[in-house]
Amino acid sequence: MYRYDEFDQAIVDARVAEFRDQVARRLNNEISEEAFKPLRLMNGIYLQLHAYMLRVAIPYGTLDSRQLHMLAHIARRYDRGYGHFTTRQNIQYNWMKLEEMPDLLADLASVEMHAFQTSGNCIRNISSDQFAAAAADEIADPRPYAELLRQWSTLHPEFSFLPRKFKIAVTGSTIDRAAIQLHDIGLELVHGAEGEIGLKVLVGGGMGRTPLLAHVIREFLPVADYLSYMEAILRVYNRHGRRDNIYKARIKILVNDLGPAEFARQVEEEWAALKPLGLDPPPSELARIAAHFQPPVLDADAPVEIDLSNPEFANWVAVNTHPHKVPGHAIVTISLKAPGEIPGDASADQMDLIADLAKAHAQDEIRVTHAQNLVLPHVRRDALFTIWQALKGAGLATANLDRASDIISCPGLDYCTLANARSIPIAQKLAVRLAPQEADLGELKIKISGCINGCGHHHAGHIGILGVDRKGEENYQLLLGGSGAEDASLAKILGPGFDENGIVTAVEKVIGRYQSLRSGPGERFLDTYRRVGAEPFKEAVYG
Amino acid sequence: MPRLLTGNRVETGDVIWWTGDGWSLHLKDAIAVDDSGEALIAQFSPQERINDLALIDADPSDAGWRPRTTRERVRAVGPSVRPDFALPSIPVESI
Ligand code: SF4
Repeated sequence: MYRYDEFDQAIVDARVAEFRDQVARRLNNEISEEAFKPLRLMNGIYLQLHAYMLRVAIPYGTLDSRQLHMLAHIARRYDRGYGHFTTRQNIQYNWMKLEEMPDLLADLASVEMHAFQTSGNCIRNISSDQFAAAAADEIADPRPYAELLRQWSTLHPEFSFLPRKFKIAVTGSTIDRAAIQLHDIGLELVHGAEGEIGLKVLVGGGMGRTPLLAHVIREFLPVADYLSYMEAILRVYNRHGRRDNIYKARIKILVNDLGPAEFARQVEEEWAALKPLGLDPPPSELARIAAHFQPPVLDADAPVEIDLSNPEFANWVAVNTHPHKVPGHAIVTISLKAPGEIPGDASADQMDLIADLAKAHAQDEIRVTHAQNLVLPHVRRDALFTIWQALKGAGLATANLDRASDIISCPGLDYCTLANARSIPIAQKLAVRLAPQEADLGELKIKISGCINGCGHHHAGHIGILGVDRKGEENYQLLLGGSGAEDASLAKILGPGFDENGIVTAVEKVIGRYQSLRSGPGERFLDTYRRVGAEPFKEAVYG
Repeated sequence: MPRLLTGNRVETGDVIWWTGDGWSLHLKDAIAVDDSGEALIAQFSPQERINDLALIDADPSDAGWRPRTTRERVRAVGPSVRPDFALPSIPVESI
């Protein structure tokens, strides 16, 4: 894992001291809320429905046990004993007090963490594949590239006031667990003609009001040059992005308006001017960063066969673990989606337990997934039973990864000031109703957002639900056919919306129709939908 | 329609309600400000102690005020999904 050098630490410590002064001046009325609000937002502090909310950055979703223990401590000391893992691999706390924030940020800084660039029109937390360095299918660990981007984009003066927020994802595998086609920039590690590693560059994806899939603007970019190329993309965007209209200000609109070919041409032109200026770090710098991400030394002779005679354990192993690149090991996904619970929420005690398990059994690493679960990436298979027992005792052993009750949900109107409707209660009801049959349903990704901003990725849901406001009442639109994976597609609205109970019934009808239409047990809902189209589902719901 | 004055305390972010002679954490203590609402906002805004001052519509009921919109009912009671944190304003299940 990356460890801060003295520059990283100095930046974060200086920011804490600066913000401590700003908070004191706000509390003493020396600065107005109008002047203070952008300052607190730059430090990840929003004012939500019930209190301040703090969003803490978790770079590329990677934590060590010391950091997760600190997140638990923050939940206990400054919040109400829990936190919410988000679809950007971050964590949010819901009950923050402004007067306590400087001490909290100092606590975070003590474990090399911060909250800046989790708000505002800047380059946000870089996200990545939660299985990085563990997946058998990856070309290389994407996190060194993400870390260099983090360092480059941190407090970058030219890109601190972009037309809109800017999200970058990096993956090292053709199996897309980071939704790169739905980011402002998506980067995929690929092999060149000589077997060397480079990056495929996608630009202009995103969800929200105008969902669009990204376009490939470069099939192969040498890694030595990628930072200057990123700079060129950001410059073209910064110059031509629509600052006059917040709804048209994301880079996806610019790429769409110019056309991907013309956008790519402008980037190449900009890059040709930039590259000779020496913006790219020397190879030794990337090597220095990469050295922090050395794969753990794992015992390739660890036993592959383990005792699976306990059926509940065997089911959990089958559903919630993935093959590791090293034999005798597994990648464990810890579901934060027990049916009826709040998706993505974890108590301080649960965080402490997971941190302890990571320390004892997973090379001291934890990952946060964009689907709001946690991952132990490097686990010996012969430790799985011990881990499962500990998780079970803490309500964390639900075997539902990528199944109907593994629902992504944004905080919605229960917390979020921008929301039109509640998301969490819909997720809870659906999870409870669908859990009994989810093994039969196979992979089914349900994603719920409380407003058009789409933090719950509803456009990327096999089944998506969007909360809208109908004359002060909550109403829900049903969308079908989305995917955030390598087979990305955007879900489409099926028809008129529903109330809270109606949407649950409508989803059940869609699923019932899928069961009668599928070609066999191996055909996922998404595949059936793509094969037969929307009509049969429309008929099932509205007919 | 009765209107209530509400906002968030700057130090803590707490949702608070104007009671006529101060601010309360509890919706039941709120008074209807009706036509004086805008004047109260004009009075309190320059003091910079309350964020997001706003007037909201509410109906009187036997159990006290019932804000008109789901959003304001959630604000008054707390997240509907955490009844353990619910403030004694309106029943969580009636949000
Ligand atoms: S999608 Fe809307 S309601 Fe949900 S968290 Fe984002 S802004 Fe809030």
